[in-house]
Amino acid sequence: MAIVTAQGLRKSFRVAAKDPGLAGTLRHLLRRRWQDVEAVRQVSFQIEPGEVVGFLGGNGAGKTTTLKLLSGLIHPTGGVLEVAGCQPWRRQRRFLEAITLVMGQKQQLIWDLPPLDSLRVNAAVYGIDDSEARRRIAELADMLELGEELTRPVRKLSLGQRMKAELMAALLHRPRVLFLDEPTLGLDVNAQARVRRFLADYNQRTGATVLLTSHYMADITALCPRVLLIHQGALFYDGGLDTLRERLAPWRQVRLELAEPVPAERLAPYGEVERLDGAAAWLLIGRDRVPACLNRLLADLPVLDLEVNEPPIEELIGRLFQQGFLEEPPA
Amino acid sequence: MTWTMHVLGRARRHAVLWSVQFAYMAEYRAEIALWALSGVVPFIMLAIWQSAPLPGLGLDGPMLGRYFLSAFVVRQFTVVWVVWQFEEDTIQGRLSPYLLQPLHPLWRYVAAHQAEQATRLPFVMLIIATFFLLQPAALAFPSPPRLLLGVLAVGLAFAINFLLQSLIACLCFWSERATALERLLMIPTLFLSGLVAPLQAFPPGLARLALKTPFPYLIAFPAQLLSGDPLPVEGGFTVVGGFLAMALWIAVLLPLLSLLWRAGVRRYGAMGA
Repeated sequence: MAIVTAQGLRKSFRVAAKDPGLAGTLRHLLRRRWQDVEAVRQVSFQIEPGEVVGFLGGNGAGKTTTLKLLSGLIHPTGGVLEVAGCQPWRRQRRFLEAITLVMGQKQQLIWDLPPLDSLRVNAAVYGIDDSEARRRIAELADMLELGEELTRPVRKLSLGQRMKAELMAALLHRPRVLFLDEPTLGLDVNAQARVRRFLADYNQRTGATVLLTSHYMADITALCPRVLLIHQGALFYDGGLDTLRERLAPWRQVRLELAEPVPAERLAPYGEVERLDGAAAWLLIGRDRVPACLNRLLADLPVLDLEVNEPPIEELIGRLFQQGFLEEPPA
Repeated sequence: MTWTMHVLGRARRHAVLWSVQFAYMAEYRAEIALWALSGVVPFIMLAIWQSAPLPGLGLDGPMLGRYFLSAFVVRQFTVVWVVWQFEEDTIQGRLSPYLLQPLHPLWRYVAAHQAEQATRLPFVMLIIATFFLLQPAALAFPSPPRLLLGVLAVGLAFAINFLLQSLIACLCFWSERATALERLLMIPTLFLSGLVAPLQAFPPGLARLALKTPFPYLIAFPAQLLSGDPLPVEGGFTVVGGFLAMALWIAVLLPLLSLLWRAGVRRYGAMGA
């Protein structure tokens, strides 16, 4: 049974529109013009317990609004929504104990005090007794490689240490559903990798369900076998990341280093010639044809070196967001 | 048994919140000392009243001194800044994580205020000692039962002020600048609470009107109790009547706050988050 169900989920905001200049300001004062902005439009999906799902979309696509709806921070305008057996916006105690929301650019830790103080507060708020809280803190600190840092004021911690402490605070009550909004935002490459490792480890150990948004594709490729793609508030892909890659780029890029320059016409029978640069050539070859083509290439041409590349997923998804839709695969 | 455990659990939770907030406030002790010192309006009013006493007021010099000292003490322990804090938290998006925890966010602010009051305590004691050094004629202490009633009244005054200001704080759900609305409360608080003059100095009509508002119960009533002097009939207060009025105001404001909070949270857009 799904732990997250969204069906026809909608959220619109009423915002005041103002024209620039003095006349616009006066009009704004006297007769305000309102616009309904549809941030989320008919979004439907289900997530099974223990799944790790990536939620992707450009800026303003509706990712964060959807996470706020799922976590119960805001009320939906329409649709059906159920998380951990509860309607999120009712924020019942059993729902709040089952979920957590981590926002990479926001913090819940008390700025001037060590993280341990915030952790004490969270333990008390969730009714975790002292010895159990100490045990959980030790376990999470071990997983996140935090030690002395927990006794230093939050303001003295590095961004990476702070995010790790934020994760500790968010996970102390052992939520079953994690909503993570850009948890690696602004972290250096090493810190990003450590947070990713931790999340994978946490998911394996606890079986928690994770819905993750990130602008770093490395987070998604490392953690999420399944992705949801959203554009202008509407979901337009829900499926495996590998399937998406195949649908977006059903070809491989083959780079050839030849003994001598070869004209494009001689290369055309093997695949689409993407680029020629002296004795180097780049070909796009259909995924299924790669082994056969490579055999023929090696037999027919003076190949010194060759390299088969998968197109970077960042590039593919970036292109997809500009496009805003996913073409249906040929029948 | 379950009920006892529930109460104990809540008490433990509040104690932890309070102790962490106290640690936080202790980081800002110098700022809090300055805030305590800045609440000297009652002493300025005392100087004015002592230089031009009102005939027939029924308060002699030492009594006036004790009243305004008590007003200062009451003010120190009933200061509420929840509107400002709530506005900050809403705009900065800090309210969102609070809303996602199984604890009403207003309890955090209650704990923060109580921790701040504890931080103020040494500075207030110092100011009381200095006051009696400068005005030895005013030196007198209330009887223990009266002191107890005074402390209880201060606690209830804080509760009323907190509820009043929380109502305004809730308006942040509609207008993010609720501090502007808080200023609407400032004028009646200043003039009707007994901060600038004891209630018996009010024209009788105004005193009667004031007593129908919550403001005299914020300062004048607890200050009269703490001063140890008899409650003046002209002031319109009786011990029982004063406590009943306070309980009534709490009974009115609490459900109102609950309604407004629920309506506000429904409207919350978590824009800063």
